[in-house]
Amino acid sequence: MHTPVTRPHASVYYPYQVYPFHTPPELYGEQPHYPVVIVGAGPIGLTTALELARHGVASVVIEAEQQVCLGSRAIVFTRRSMEILQQAGVAGRMLEKAYPWRFGNSIYRGQRVFRLEAPHDADDRFEPLNNLQQQYLEQYLVERVQQEPLIELRWGTLVTGLQNRDDGVRLELDTPAGPYRLAADWLVAADGARSTLRRLLDLRLEGDSYRGNFVIADIRIDLDWPTERLAYFDPDWNPGNTILMHRQPDHIWRLDYQLPEGETPEQALEPESLHTRIQAQLDMVGITASWELDWCSVYSARALTLPDYVHRRVLFTGDAAHLLPIFGVRGANTGLQDCHNMAWKLAFVIRGLAPEKLLASYSHERVAAAREIIDEAGKSTRFMTPPTPGFRRVRDAVLSLSLQHEFVRPLYHWRTSRPHDYHDSPLNLPGPDEHTFRTGPAPGAPLQNIRLAADDYLLDHLGTGFCLLWFGMAFPDTLQSALQELHEQGLPLRVIGIGMTDTTGVDQALADTEGHFAARYDAGPGSAYLARPDQHVCARWRTLDAATLKHAIRHALGQGNQHG
Amino acid sequence: MDKPLNLSDLEAVYDTLARAIDIAGEARESLFLTKLVLLLANRVGEREAVEQAVEAALQDL
Repeated sequence: MHTPVTRPHASVYYPYQVYPFHTPPELYGEQPHYPVVIVGAGPIGLTTALELARHGVASVVIEAEQQVCLGSRAIVFTRRSMEILQQAGVAGRMLEKAYPWRFGNSIYRGQRVFRLEAPHDADDRFEPLNNLQQQYLEQYLVERVQQEPLIELRWGTLVTGLQNRDDGVRLELDTPAGPYRLAADWLVAADGARSTLRRLLDLRLEGDSYRGNFVIADIRIDLDWPTERLAYFDPDWNPGNTILMHRQPDHIWRLDYQLPEGETPEQALEPESLHTRIQAQLDMVGITASWELDWCSVYSARALTLPDYVHRRVLFTGDAAHLLPIFGVRGANTGLQDCHNMAWKLAFVIRGLAPEKLLASYSHERVAAAREIIDEAGKSTRFMTPPTPGFRRVRDAVLSLSLQHEFVRPLYHWRTSRPHDYHDSPLNLPGPDEHTFRTGPAPGAPLQNIRLAADDYLLDHLGTGFCLLWFGMAFPDTLQSALQELHEQGLPLRVIGIGMTDTTGVDQALADTEGHFAARYDAGPGSAYLARPDQHVCARWRTLDAATLKHAIRHALGQGNQHG
Repeated sequence: MDKPLNLSDLEAVYDTLARAIDIAGEARESLFLTKLVLLLANRVGEREAVEQAVEAALQDL
């Protein structure tokens, strides 16, 4: 019998709430069949469920625990994550509490040797980085899910077995009221780094584990420093290692440091060791305020991914699919892009709007993203935690030189998670004019947001399906008929006209009196951009006819002749 | 006169040097690095530039 913890976790700032276990219909002898079951009610599982619901697909979410995560875990959310979470309906609520920020500082021997500003565009709604504890994000997602009739969230339910067949899955589950079986057409594995489903399917992650373990500790302290990333290199109290500090809401600060060689995680988490090290760091930076510990954990730096995220009827996403180094906020931010990429494809397959092979493009695009992230993260990791004596020596030489020499300072460059560009996606159909575009999002890239007015941006208007951005001139009758035909086939496609005088035939018209939008997209009258439901561009044209539009959409649904 | 490398070349030099130090091994690291300086000095061909670099490298040890 599965017996989840039913006492709220302790925290000095977060009011944990235990969500009730409800006996499911299966335990009353019913055998309902579900289109999708999602395992894991973390940020990725819940966002997947909300995305599927937006596309009209119902799901059941299975979660072993009965409360949100223990400890703050993921605390930095990128702009792209905020754009995704805006669609899921929680970004506004997050921003009421989150701390937005842009600057990262590298400090050596008390001197700030490098300061980097994350790019921020006047057309972006969200700041490049936003700090909020994962518990709050999970809570907001849970409360959103509770308002969504297409989602059923089952707390206190543990996966113990899986049959993965060509026509669906059978899950064996255990609960406080006893075990049962659940049948579904599709299963989304969002069950995190220690994925049970990955183990049940006997799948192996590929890649490297770096040496070294790291402590993350959250303390409550009254410290009114600006919200910026602080990285302290080679401090006297922890020679050779790097200490990171991040500010979070509720007077919480995150400290992150590497364990000395040979020390076990258990030793590192002993209260005395923690206290001594945290105090040594605070002493070094001149902080005298008193503090108390909220939560601590040990993690190891790994750069691993499954080589394929789709296994018959099981789709892996987030940390269940890959384990990425924590430097550069690559965990939850990568997972949110994964599930955003996957959810519309799965929904379109379930609704009969796309063939099953569309799902292969999820694996293609996101495994490539994970590999690129692993490569980038490797560069950060070998500087933050040099893997060999040679790398340590060169890193130390750079630290020393950086006190007086500008030329080495860019080596501190702090690479963070960024939206992946699916430039080689099989769903892209670059048009004959592609090479003539000097700017604007190329096929594979996410749409660049555009500020239309105060608190009014392009991405607020996209809806749930495909989106055609149409520029300047009147929308031709031939395209209107093509649209009509696509709508009759059930395809959700919304046309947004930009800077048009006659707005006949478009779903929404956006003014562009100063031509700013058109300039950013390098679009003349009659130019068009086609964006997928996950806001990534798949084609763009200087001129567009009905046959080309229909071809591009078929292609983006995995119905074209594809390579890759 | 400095001739700065672009960032990707600087990163490549970083990696090459780190791997070479590992190949040389702890006992011969100083010998390896001293040879490297002499070879680079021979490429630079300017005594004053080498002496300035030696002086700069002695700072902040």
